[in-house]
Amino acid sequence: MKFIDEFRNKEIAQGLIRRIFEVSARPIHLMEVCGTHTVSFFRYGIRDMLPKHIRLLSGPGCPVCVTPNQNIDLAIALSRRDDVLLATFGDMMRVPGSTSSLQKEKAEGRRIRIVYSPLDSLRLAKENPEKKVVFLAVGFETTSPAIAMTLLKAHSEGIQNLYFLNSQKRVPPALRALLQSEKVQIHGFILPGHVCTILGREPFAFLSEEFKRPAVIAGFEPLDLLQAVWMLVNQVEKDQASVEIQYTRVVRDQGNPVAVSKMEQAFQQDEALWRGLGWIPGSGCRLKDAFSSMDARRIEVDVEPPREHPGCLCGEILQAVRTPPECPLFKTVCHPDHPVGPCMVSVEGACFTYFKYEQTQS
Amino acid sequence: MCLSVPGKVVEIQNNMAKVEVGGVIREVSIDVCPDVTVGEYVLIHTGFAIQKLDEKEALETLALLRELATF
Repeated sequence: MKFIDEFRNKEIAQGLIRRIFEVSARPIHLMEVCGTHTVSFFRYGIRDMLPKHIRLLSGPGCPVCVTPNQNIDLAIALSRRDDVLLATFGDMMRVPGSTSSLQKEKAEGRRIRIVYSPLDSLRLAKENPEKKVVFLAVGFETTSPAIAMTLLKAHSEGIQNLYFLNSQKRVPPALRALLQSEKVQIHGFILPGHVCTILGREPFAFLSEEFKRPAVIAGFEPLDLLQAVWMLVNQVEKDQASVEIQYTRVVRDQGNPVAVSKMEQAFQQDEALWRGLGWIPGSGCRLKDAFSSMDARRIEVDVEPPREHPGCLCGEILQAVRTPPECPLFKTVCHPDHPVGPCMVSVEGACFTYFKYEQTQS
Repeated sequence: MCLSVPGKVVEIQNNMAKVEVGGVIREVSIDVCPDVTVGEYVLIHTGFAIQKLDEKEALETLALLRELATF
């Protein structure tokens, strides 16, 4: 058992598709919340194999994409200080801020390092005691425990020069905001398997209990996605609404309580600004007061006023109100080589995925 | 960004584990997955094991899918 190849079996996939065709009668919109799910649907050609009346909508589940210009501009401003070394996941390097990007700043000679793990920023802090090492902390609940652990380790070791520019987001409040906005009709959710690995099922129970929407916590291989669609279609056709777990080899009902407790030790819920979705109560992660000395927002910098690129539809694409091909910039001035918006930068961004797989139909 | 990969734990020292992923050994923290043992599979994300994989559940899912696909 390698936990990958077994879930890519072609014959089983074909059988599952037949089952979906047999069961599915109603036209429905299913939102895949997670960008990695969007990529998997395209990569394995599943979108084209499903009944035409099942429409898949890409949701706001790309941390890079939902990080607003304000946060990127602040990271850029911090990197311009002589005493700062900025550490970031590689995905953030090319995301355009209002007038620059971290990649451009690095080319100008700023001290910006790409890290694989938040723990690398702790190492950088130890290796560079004369610098303020700022970690640009982006990610959802999948990543937040790793950031929390790094913060707690640094604090317990008495590291004085590591700071966190917290831009992490919590997924459940964003889904609530999407449903409350009623801008887009969603009949069911394919929930992010790795966010739920940490959180478990309960934080998403409101989808079925309050909003009467079926939801399935899904893995990322082709059979996972097909089973999730089949489970959702069954619920829709029977007028049922519950939150089910398809990804049972990884996701437990209660999630990972140790990881959740680390997040709770380090962070408290706060309002956060999402690109496209605006300010969402309880969707952010602020450092607990005990760690406020490690908050990068305490470092004084002048930040330029945020500016959005006119015409860029990333905000609406993240809400599934529009699709990438509907954006006038898509494939014209916005291209993976010169992205205008973040959804064309991230390998999980809807625009990049549509571009890569040459999908031109909405 | 939430991409995570499964790997097999081959060695544990304190709160760090050596995990084999596609023939490559990676060192990961098991701080949030403390009860993992050598020989088990874990899901790795940004240098951390975030959950153990459950082989029994995986086999049950595959059996269900096979039945579903062929009935």
